[in-house]
Amino acid sequence: MNIDDFKPAIVYTIYIASTPEQVWQALTSAEFSRKYFFGNAVEVDLRVGGAYIMRTPDGSLHINGEVIECDPPRKLTVTFNVNWPALIEKLGPTLVTYQIEPAGDAVRLTMTESHDRPLSDDILSGGRQGWPAILSSLKSLLETGAPLAVKMAPPQRMLEALKAMGIGTP
Amino acid sequence: MRKPEFVYVTYIETTPAKLWEALTSSAFTRRYWWNTEVKSDWKVGSPFALVTNGTPTDVGEVLEFDPPRRLSYTFHHLLNEAAKKERPSRVTFVLEPAGKLVKLTLTHEDFAEDSVVLGGISSGWPAILSSLKSLLESGTALEIPPPCGGIQ
Repeated sequence: MNIDDFKPAIVYTIYIASTPEQVWQALTSAEFSRKYFFGNAVEVDLRVGGAYIMRTPDGSLHINGEVIECDPPRKLTVTFNVNWPALIEKLGPTLVTYQIEPAGDAVRLTMTESHDRPLSDDILSGGRQGWPAILSSLKSLLETGAPLAVKMAPPQRMLEALKAMGIGTP
Repeated sequence: MRKPEFVYVTYIETTPAKLWEALTSSAFTRRYWWNTEVKSDWKVGSPFALVTNGTPTDVGEVLEFDPPRRLSYTFHHLLNEAAKKERPSRVTFVLEPAGKLVKLTLTHEDFAEDSVVLGGISSGWPAILSSLKSLLESGTALEIPPPCGGIQ
């Protein structure tokens, strides 16, 4: 896998009244991620080649990836593959990069989802729907101590597109 | 090929009425938008302006004013020479209740080809709307240095 083959498909930038260290902590600890990432727990071995996984609230494997770049508290790049049958064969790997930069007294967090091939708007609609909710909640959690209770229907448009490609969806 | 556009979604723990006021009251916008005042009588067809420290930076015309759901205006930047030559683009805010939250969707579209405005607003809106969210949720706006938001 060559990281240079990947092109950004979704970019989301958000400014947070926090420190780079706290944002890094929020992105890499299960205790934090459960609160803002739809209940999912991140587990990451913070070294290049280390495992990056995310478990749903019932403990099952949801995201299965590995660490590609790790430069705390500035940059974390991981493969971010949803653990559904045939997904990686049909879509290729998904790359997620978190970039953390100081911006005055605040922090600029930029999430970039990249792919090594063009994907349809139908498939990308899931990420376009999910990332703003996740990162809005992360910001609220760090600034006010409480995450947001975002109520969201399943990403139907994406699920149908994946199903049509023969990918096993829940 | 998709038409060039900028879409930004954020969720804010507030009410549609408060968010509407934050987007349309100049006393409010000054607090989170680099001291920028929105100026308009908000009648459809009326002039719209963004005025920063007394200097108009962007002007347009009100296209839609449907409180507290939809706000739309044209957007013509005045300070940057290249941007000034471009035809006006269009800004639309959509506010949707989502439980205890409001989902805010900003769409900025209808850009000229190879627009320099698109580059500028792509840096600016995330900073402005992040600061707005902080102000409504915590009572304190963000102090983001203007260059981070693409402002010289």
